This record gives sequence, C-alpha cells and structure tokens, in this order.
Amino acid sequence: MVRVNLLLLVILIVCALSLVTSRHQSRKFFVDLEHEQARARAYETEYGQLQLEQSTWAMPARIEKIARNELKMRLPEHGRIAAVPAGDAK
Amino acid sequence: MRAAAMQRGRAPLPALPRFRAPIVYGILALALTALVGRSLWLQRVDNQFLQDQGSARYSREIELAAHRGQIVDRFGEPLAISTPVKSLWAFPSHFDAPPAALAELARLLGTSPDAITKKVEAADDFVYLAKQLPPEQADRAMALGINGLHDQNEYRRYYPAGETMSHILGFTGDHDVGQEGIELAQQDWLGGKPGSRRVIVNRRGDAVEDVEAIRAPQAGRDLALSIDTRLQYLAFRELKAAVEANKAKAGGLVILDIASGEILALANWPTYNPNARNKVAREKMRNRALTDVFEPGSTLKPFTIAAALESGKVTPDTIIQTAPGTLTIGTATIHDAHKGGALTVAQVIQKSSNVGAAKIALSLPAETMWEMFSSSGFGTPPKTGFPGEVAGRLRPAKTWRPIEQATMAYGHGISVNLVQLARAYTIFATGGELKPVTLFKTSGAVAGRPVLRPEIAMEVRRMLEMAVSPGGTAPKAQMPGYRVAGKTGTAHKLDGRAYTAKYVSSFVGFAPASAPRLVVAVMLDEPGTGVYYGGDVAAPVFATVTGAALRMLGVPFDAPTDAIVLPPPGAVAEEET
Repeated sequence: MVRVNLLLLVILIVCALSLVTSRHQSRKFFVDLEHEQARARAYETEYGQLQLEQSTWAMPARIEKIARNELKMRLPEHGRIAAVPAGDAK
Repeated sequence: MRAAAMQRGRAPLPALPRFRAPIVYGILALALTALVGRSLWLQRVDNQFLQDQGSARYSREIELAAHRGQIVDRFGEPLAISTPVKSLWAFPSHFDAPPAALAELARLLGTSPDAITKKVEAADDFVYLAKQLPPEQADRAMALGINGLHDQNEYRRYYPAGETMSHILGFTGDHDVGQEGIELAQQDWLGGKPGSRRVIVNRRGDAVEDVEAIRAPQAGRDLALSIDTRLQYLAFRELKAAVEANKAKAGGLVILDIASGEILALANWPTYNPNARNKVAREKMRNRALTDVFEPGSTLKPFTIAAALESGKVTPDTIIQTAPGTLTIGTATIHDAHKGGALTVAQVIQKSSNVGAAKIALSLPAETMWEMFSSSGFGTPPKTGFPGEVAGRLRPAKTWRPIEQATMAYGHGISVNLVQLARAYTIFATGGELKPVTLFKTSGAVAGRPVLRPEIAMEVRRMLEMAVSPGGTAPKAQMPGYRVAGKTGTAHKLDGRAYTAKYVSSFVGFAPASAPRLVVAVMLDEPGTGVYYGGDVAAPVFATVTGAALRMLGVPFDAPTDAIVLPPPGAVAEEET
C-alpha cells in the first residue's frame, strides 16, 4: 500500500512539474507570437507606405513630365502612325 | 513600562489578580477574530478593490488598431491610403522644457523656440504643438524627454493622385472619418472599428497570455472604383488645358464605358489638392459633373428627334422647312444661327437647326417628349453612388406651354448634369438601351433599360455621325483612325430669369461609331475668349481625349488613320443654342 502511494506521489510530482514547464513554455510561445504579430503589423504599415510611395512615383503626371522634358519624347504626328491589322501580325 | 517591570523583577513576586489572564486571553481572542473577520471580509465580500489592484499589476487592456480601407482604381492602383502618423500635444501647466531641449524641439518641428513657448502660454489646458508628423520625427521629439509633452497615434490619409481625382474621392477629416465624396458615401465600408483585448503581462510588459477579447477590431475594407487612373489623368490634363486656353470659368469631362456603365474618368475644373486643403474654397471642392446642373442646349436635340422618329411622325428624310430661320410662337421668336432653308430631319441634327427641332417638337404631344426625356434619365439622379448628386429639372408635361415645348426641343428650359447627359447618349451608342452608371468597379457588361427600338437608335447614330462630318457643326470632333458620332451644344446661360451673352459650350459623343466603346461628354462653362461654339471649344477636347483613350484601351481602328478632313477655317457651321 505504501509503495503504491509513493508511486502515485512521484507521478503526481512529475505531473505537477510538467504542468509548470508547459505553462511556462506556452507563455514563452505566446510572447513570441505577440512579437511576430507586432512585426507583421509593422510590415503591413510599411507596405502601405511603400505602396503610397510607388503610386506617387508612378503618377501619370510625373511620368509624362519626365518623358517630355528629360527623355525628349513626343507623340508621333498622325501621318506617321501605321495601323497593322491584327491578323497580319503573325 | 519595561523599567518598571525590571524593578519589580528584583522584588518578590506579588500575587497577580485572578482576572488578569482571562482579560488578556479575551483581548487576544477578540483581536484574532477581528483579523479573521477582516480577512474573510476582504476575501469574500468586499474584494473588488483588491481584485482590481491585483489585476492592474499583471493584466493590461491593449488597444487593437483598425485602419481605414484603401480606395483603389479599377486596376488596383491605390488612390487613398491611410498610414500611421503622430501628433504632439502639451499640457501648458506641466510643460517645462530646458532651453537646449526646447531649441532641439523647435528644430525638429521646423519652428522657433519662441513660437512654441508662445503657443503653449496662449493655451488654457491642452494644445497641439504639431499635427500628423511622420512617426520617426515624433519619436525623436519624444526622446528629448520634455515634461508635459505627449504624443498621440493617429492615421492620416494620403491621396497620391492629388488634384486629378479629388472631386471623386473627397477626403477624410479628424479621426480619418469621411467628409466628402466617396470617402463620405462609403464611410461604413471603408471605416475600421478599433477593438481591444485583455492580456496578462510579465514584468517586462510583454503579453504572456490572452485573457479575453473585449471588442474584436474590424478593419476597414478596400474599395475598388470604376476609375481608370490613366484615362482620368488624360481627361484632367486635356480639360485643364482647354479651360485655360478658352479662359473658361469651369469645366467638366466624363468618360463612360458603354458596355458596363462604369465611369472610367470624371474630371472637374477648378480643383484642389486633397493632401493640402487648408485654405481651399468650398467652391473648388464641388464635383460639378454630378452636383451642378446646366441647360444643355443642342445636345438634347437628338432626343427630340428620336421621340419623333419613334412616334412615326417623321423619318430621317422628311423635309422640314426652316426658312426664314426664325419661328415665332406667341411673343417669343426662335432663331437659327444660320438660315438653312428646307432641311431633312437628319440635316436638322447635322446643322443643329433650332427652328427645325422646334417644329418637329411641336408636331408631337408634350407627353411623348416628356416620356422620351424622362426615360433617357433626365429629371432623376444618375445613382452613381456619389453623395449629393442632383436630379436636374424636367417639369411635368402638363405644365408646358407651346413655347416651352419648342425651346425644350433644343435643350432650354430643362436642366441636367454632365453625367446624366453622358449616360443618356448610351441610348444611341447601344441598340436603344439606357445603361445604369456607376462609380464602382463592376464585373462586366450590364443590361440596360430599353428606351428606343434598335433601328431608331441606329438612325439617330447615323445623324450624329453626320454632325461631326465636314458639313456638320463639329468637324473638329473627328479623329484619325476612329469613326465618331456626337452632338455639340452652345447654350445661353440663365441669369435669374433672362438669358445672357454667357455660354455653356459642350460636346457629347461616342466612338468608334461602328461598335461604340466609350461615351465622352465635355462641358466648358463661360468660355471667355469670344469663341464659344461647342464645335470650336468642346469638340477638339473630345477628339483628343477620345482618340487617346481608345488607343490606350487598344480598341481596333474602324477608319483610315491618315489625315482627317477639316473644312477651311471659318467655314464651320455655327449654331446658337
């Protein structure tokens, strides 16, 4: 009887300790998760800012200005446009 | 006490009074009971305060931000984005900055130390030092460790397209809540609702366990508009150039996709930059194409003619005598700018004869004309999803006097907005169907509401093609590569009850005429250079915008791409309505 009780006591202690460890583990994981989520949010914010930057750089008004002023591009005159029928392209 | 006891210690012990021990025990027992009772009281009954104090040491309520959804164009290009910013504010009573820190703060905020001191001293209990700074800049200011200086997280909305699209998008005010335009109309869809949750924190302040979600955050949803950024820019650029070249007071331009009814571009002038709108007049913020009405003038003639064709009263070849170029009804007289003589119905459109249109209108019952105008969408809001769009004015047929019916035939005595006008032309661009219009991206072609028989719509379309031919009122609306159909309008403006020598010049048309893809409507308000005919002022804008738009969309040519035929200068057939 005493032996059985001792065995149960040992099992109990092991269980209790493992509960403590797993609890600790779970909290550690949770902290990690929180950090990753915070990073994800920060990336999301940065993504929005980059999108904003990209679309600001890519605004047609800016592209046209650069094309006209820096690259000296211009629209062809009507006489210099040739239309190629779609069927002949191949 | 102790000294007394020690003195007594040396003397022989006197007999203690018998009641002394029970009294001491009694007092101890009472004290114990009080302690137990108090602890029971605190544990079981009045435990709220300690519970709160305890949880304040290990749990926190965390705010969960939810940002406002983006507005994007039909290809997903962002048009409005919210991004976090920080505002700096101070309590004047606590504000205390050493001179060095104050100087550094002033440098960061781009102002002078004196200005900051003055601002703080002028305020009573709360003052913003800087609003909506980039987060890094605000963090550097906070790192100075100035007492009484606080920061606050906010969102700010940016509009990369700036002034080209400000009328459609509108803008948001404080707390990123929509105030104008689509931002206002779609507040519920775009707006996010911040949430919060309770967590257990460790001594470093990291959350280690979720306790409960108090409110789930609800992020704002993204919204796709029907606008095509490239076409919008094209429309805006050409409209701006035309308004400036013609010294007009205002202008508007709408591009409609005929198959889906989507508004691909909607430009207005004057405009404003939504990213810096501190001192912008309300007047510039109006989306005139949707919220203002004007008398359209001759652009309404095709509807009169269509009603007459539909009723069977005339055919395109019926001869209408417009000589001597005037028509007197009661005390009023209608004039043609150019005397036409005997014209066919088709030529009435081509030459834009007021007398001809009025005569045709007077041969119809008022109800028939009203029915035609009303089913073309005049007098009812276009329902694009934009807040504050107007219906225009179309009075009931019962109240029309003959002179009013005659003037309405060429677009006076009725008022419309530009989007309504563009939408109405979808009737001629399709087989007689009025398409619903929208500012939001749709999933493809939509069915319209039949208004005319297809063959009548085709007949009117042929007349509209004649109007832009060299013999019509708008040869300048022609473009190489595409066949065009359209109609000019030059309307006198009403000032109070009298018509003045100020004009609204317009052109509405569609292309390619063989299989129409786009309806484009152009309107210029009060051109100020002395040239004011729609065919001279608005038609060239139509040609530039439509030609470029069709090429951008890759629409196949349906006409030769070499030079178009323009009549010699001065030979442009003029019109006066």
